[in-house]
Amino acid sequence: MKSSRLYRGRKRRNGFFLTLSVFAALFGLIWLGLILYSLFYNGFASLSGTLFTEMTPPPGSNGGLANAILGSVLMSALAVAAGTPVGLLAGTYLAEYGRHSRIAFVVRFVNDILLSAPSIVTGLFIYEIIVMKMHHFSAWAGAASLTVIVIPVVVRTTENMLLLVPNGLREAAAALGAPRSSVIRIVTWRAARAGIVTGVLLAIARISGETAPLLFTSLNNQFWSTDLNAPMASLPAVIFQFAMSPYEDWHRLAWAGALLITVTVLSLSIAARILESSKRS
Amino acid sequence: MADIALIDTTVTAKRAAAVRRGGFSDARFHGLTMIAAVIVLAIFGGVILSLTIGAMPSIKAFGLPFIWTEAWNPVTEKFGALASVYGTLVTSLTAMIIAVPIGIGIAIFLTEICPRSLRRPIGIAIELLAGIPSIIFGIWGLFTFAPAFQSTVQPWLIDFFKDIPALQDFFAGPPYGIGIFTASLILSIMILPFISAVTRDVFETVPPTLKEAAYAMGCTTWEVMWRVVLPFARSGVVGGAMLALGRALGETMAVTFVIGNAHHIHTSLFSPGTTISATIANEFTEAVGDLYLSSLIEMGLILFFITFVVLASAQLMLRALEHRAGGLS
Repeated sequence: MKSSRLYRGRKRRNGFFLTLSVFAALFGLIWLGLILYSLFYNGFASLSGTLFTEMTPPPGSNGGLANAILGSVLMSALAVAAGTPVGLLAGTYLAEYGRHSRIAFVVRFVNDILLSAPSIVTGLFIYEIIVMKMHHFSAWAGAASLTVIVIPVVVRTTENMLLLVPNGLREAAAALGAPRSSVIRIVTWRAARAGIVTGVLLAIARISGETAPLLFTSLNNQFWSTDLNAPMASLPAVIFQFAMSPYEDWHRLAWAGALLITVTVLSLSIAARILESSKRS
Repeated sequence: MADIALIDTTVTAKRAAAVRRGGFSDARFHGLTMIAAVIVLAIFGGVILSLTIGAMPSIKAFGLPFIWTEAWNPVTEKFGALASVYGTLVTSLTAMIIAVPIGIGIAIFLTEICPRSLRRPIGIAIELLAGIPSIIFGIWGLFTFAPAFQSTVQPWLIDFFKDIPALQDFFAGPPYGIGIFTASLILSIMILPFISAVTRDVFETVPPTLKEAAYAMGCTTWEVMWRVVLPFARSGVVGGAMLALGRALGETMAVTFVIGNAHHIHTSLFSPGTTISATIANEFTEAVGDLYLSSLIEMGLILFFITFVVLASAQLMLRALEHRAGGLS
């Protein structure tokens, strides 16, 4: 009699907490669904043909986001071009040369801190070392601050991917008489190629929505500008400015920009995921 | 005979040259990777150094009391970080209180309850959402969430808590929509996928034999989770939560949109406030005067220090777990 009450109590508690966890999952999914819904709803309503052809307008007139899109693409491309080689080499050092050495331990630790350090601090850092020295905001500074964000992402994925390469491959190449650098460049890098590309894609996804480091490095620019020595517009900075303004038509453009960023980020992460799983199978 | 000997020596010479060349490029490549690794360290050192130099005028002018001074007056050039530090800590902690239990609940759902066919899609959806940039959460919070919150949940909460002695002060005041509490909610939604993804990964490192042994003893699912899986995965879950806390502390855009940017400390969570990152984002480009700018940079330094402590302890916990998992497999 007593034991059956005990069983019932335990069963009830089990049912109660498991129901709670189902609700937790529903709760999480509902919020995230709501965000995506209002993003697509408002974003699609604001999409128009002029989005890609016209410049950011003054309040009250029609326009697009062409200069902001150009700025984002240009600065991201520069950041990836500068950050990938450094990240790739540093990740190679950690996985191939350093492994268990003390310096590798420190680099790994610092890199993982940089990976989740507040991006606004990155902006302050680049402001101090570039904007202050040049005495003006510039696209170079914006690209530099994005580079600082790209490097840790690429380092982390490169190291992880290289560590997955079986040692047998390295040993086989070394037994043929290949010097270590050739083993790395011709064998391990090639074996880990898909993973390394995944890391770069994730890095692009990460920087395409970064706003805080651009606010006081590349600032903003109302006009079409390809001058890297001058302030440059970027999608996130324009969204920030337009969303905080009191103007309806600016709000619409901000939603459209937010949709563009989300679609970019989601497709990049999905591409990265497909690459990763195709390699695994 | 002589011909063969001749060929032999040239081949040997060529091979020797190749080996030398290989050795040279080997050393050069090693050096190159090492330089890249040092660049990572240099960035970290550079951040600390440049922020300290930039913060010097403010450190000299205000000293240590900067941290516990609430005043923020650009006109009289009196600056203190307290209101921002308070906002940063309160929003992050409130977000954690909401997000950690729910995140763990989602992880339990994913590893134990969810039908196998749904596990991967839901898991992938959560990971994808963890990658959505914070500015998206910010714009959604400002235009969609805050107005809805203001007209529905907020008046109800104020009404609900108005007669409860300990809590009434925290949920008092007019429903503005934006404010500390709204910022905390947005933050919690933002770090939720992050916490559940890490927790799920940690749960999956628990050896199945442990769980099977507990089930064989007649444990219910909940008892297995609470008494076996959670204790085993504790340091990983705490590490993951700390990682999320690090993100929440430094989060800029999701907070800046909805916090109201007011340099005052109120007991009520419904009043507008500010955080370190929101203050910097809002005021940096408009800051006139060296002292103003330098005070903002010093706040950046404080933020970097706080997040460093949190992230470093998260690292140590997760790394200890990795070693243990490695030993078991």
